[in-house]
Amino acid sequence: MSRIGPRILGVAVVALLAAMPFIGVGIPGILPGAASSPGSLQVVAIGLVFAGVAVSYDIIFGYTGLLSFGHALYVALGAYGTNLLMEAGLPYVAAVPVAVLLAVVTATLLGGVALRARGVAFAMVTLAYAEVFSILLLADPLRVSGGEEGFALVSDGVPDLLRGVVNIRNRYWLALAFAVLVYVIARVVTQSRAGRVWEAIRENEDRVEMLGLKPFGFKLTSFVLGCGLAALGGGIHLLLVRGANPSVASANFTLALLVMVVLGGAGRLWGAALGGLVYGLLDLRLSALSSSGLLDGLPEWLQGILSEPLFVLGTLFVLLMLFAPGGLAGIADRVRAAIPSRGVGGGT
Amino acid sequence: MSTFVLLVATGLGLAGLYFLLAAGLSLIFGLMDVLNLAHGAFFALGGYAAWTTMDALEVLDPVGLRFLVALLVAAVVGYLVGAVVEKVLIARNYGDHLAQILLTIGLGFALVALLGGVYTYDPRFLPQPDWFAETTTLAGARIPNSRILIFVVAVLVLVGLLAFLNRTRHGLVIRAGVENRAMVQALGIDVARSFTLVFGIGGALAAVGGTLGAVFFNGITPGLGTTQLIFAFIVVVIGGLGSVTGTAVAAVLVALTQQFGNFYVATGAGDVAVVALLALVLLVRPQGLLGKAAR
Repeated sequence: MSRIGPRILGVAVVALLAAMPFIGVGIPGILPGAASSPGSLQVVAIGLVFAGVAVSYDIIFGYTGLLSFGHALYVALGAYGTNLLMEAGLPYVAAVPVAVLLAVVTATLLGGVALRARGVAFAMVTLAYAEVFSILLLADPLRVSGGEEGFALVSDGVPDLLRGVVNIRNRYWLALAFAVLVYVIARVVTQSRAGRVWEAIRENEDRVEMLGLKPFGFKLTSFVLGCGLAALGGGIHLLLVRGANPSVASANFTLALLVMVVLGGAGRLWGAALGGLVYGLLDLRLSALSSSGLLDGLPEWLQGILSEPLFVLGTLFVLLMLFAPGGLAGIADRVRAAIPSRGVGGGT
Repeated sequence: MSTFVLLVATGLGLAGLYFLLAAGLSLIFGLMDVLNLAHGAFFALGGYAAWTTMDALEVLDPVGLRFLVALLVAAVVGYLVGAVVEKVLIARNYGDHLAQILLTIGLGFALVALLGGVYTYDPRFLPQPDWFAETTTLAGARIPNSRILIFVVAVLVLVGLLAFLNRTRHGLVIRAGVENRAMVQALGIDVARSFTLVFGIGGALAAVGGTLGAVFFNGITPGLGTTQLIFAFIVVVIGGLGSVTGTAVAAVLVALTQQFGNFYVATGAGDVAVVALLALVLLVRPQGLLGKAAR
């Protein structure tokens, strides 16, 4: 298939998402109301931030094959960093880039040490970093992070255009712009020469070394880029949920990102984006299932289980791993391959 | 002085829990290279299996006997769940470690949410004999008996596990498999059976840990095991993958560091010190205290 087909589809999807605040009809069950309602925009905006963060994780995990268990740390650095800087008096538009820069420096330092280990040991070191940060956030020795309560958004620094229920549209478009930006950056770098080396490292690191390339620098670049984009996502998540919550720093959030990427199809950018969006929507909407009346005929204990988002997501994920290891992207490939008269798509 | 003794006793109780959780993880990783992220869910499952047993058997009078029955039921449930998970999920993906890790992540999410859906997220208190809450005076410190019990159970499990590994044929195959799996297979021994066995044993130990954890932490919640799992991983890596003795030593080391740091320095300082210890071990001695290197 020519490469133009998927690109047109991508542009169409983004255009549809961009037009969402003007669409008066809803998708019952998936959205809490009409597509243009604040509730729907909020849910999809969070899904879009998840999609962007999932793509940033896909660069590290899906493309370079680095099993980082600490990606949540950088999302949290973006969220808490932006909020702290705003408390110090910086406006939002300045606080976000500074927080991202701080996260990039942190990722360079921590990644430089962690990447001396490989495989499971690398996973453990990154997990340990993230865990220290999470513990510090919860214990809050300096009385800055708000402990378990989280750190409410310092709204003084937020521009008027992004404040209040009236401007949910603008926040939604910001989230969409973030997801598109991350996707485009990820797409460009993974198609570049460095991106080819990342994939080679994922497949066989020793062989890359034997070919005369030093994998360390490439791995660190991939890691730092992914972490920086994740921090940007943290800064936007902060604005959407009106605060920095310690749950974005938890190991469970990293595992959730891993689920998102694999759900969509690891090493496939649009797969990761789709996985993030689907995960975000399911996570936010499944808990509303029990009150929707759809489950009324079922026994109470079953209703309780089915309205647990993580039960449905976890089970779905296990089934997907067993029967469709390529994720949603892999299923799409198979469908495409099954349609005659068209060749199998080149992929990406 | 009495505070110090009390901290040591509480630390040893916690070490017992870490050991019960980490021993299975260590064997599973040592033998099969599977990082079992559902192990925390097995822990919680054990706690709820015990709670349900206690709830259903209210007629059985002394509470101590009822608790013993609940502990055994939890162990059996843990064994069965572990073995079934290995047979149904893990065994289909031999050779693909990443798929196995991902499967256990999904399973862990689903199991914890399942427990939350059935039992809610409010803590469930395990009925226990009065004797548990009473204290024994030791070197001037009044130590709750439950702490001593957890430590004693953990020591008994350690002794039993070592006897099983060193004295039985199954244990021999497992030890050989940890050493060199390909060689064992080449000798015509069915390692797959050991895989199921080890997963079952790991599940049983985690479930016993969950039952005792419900006593230690004054109640069980679905997420309790997941919180403990991260420290159990740290124990496994510090102790050395596949080494039961190393795990036991590391469990004591980690739990005491945590207790003293959190009490004498600041809340959270002990947890951070434990993580620093992990980073140090990984950089200086990647194979852990007594074991093979993480790959």
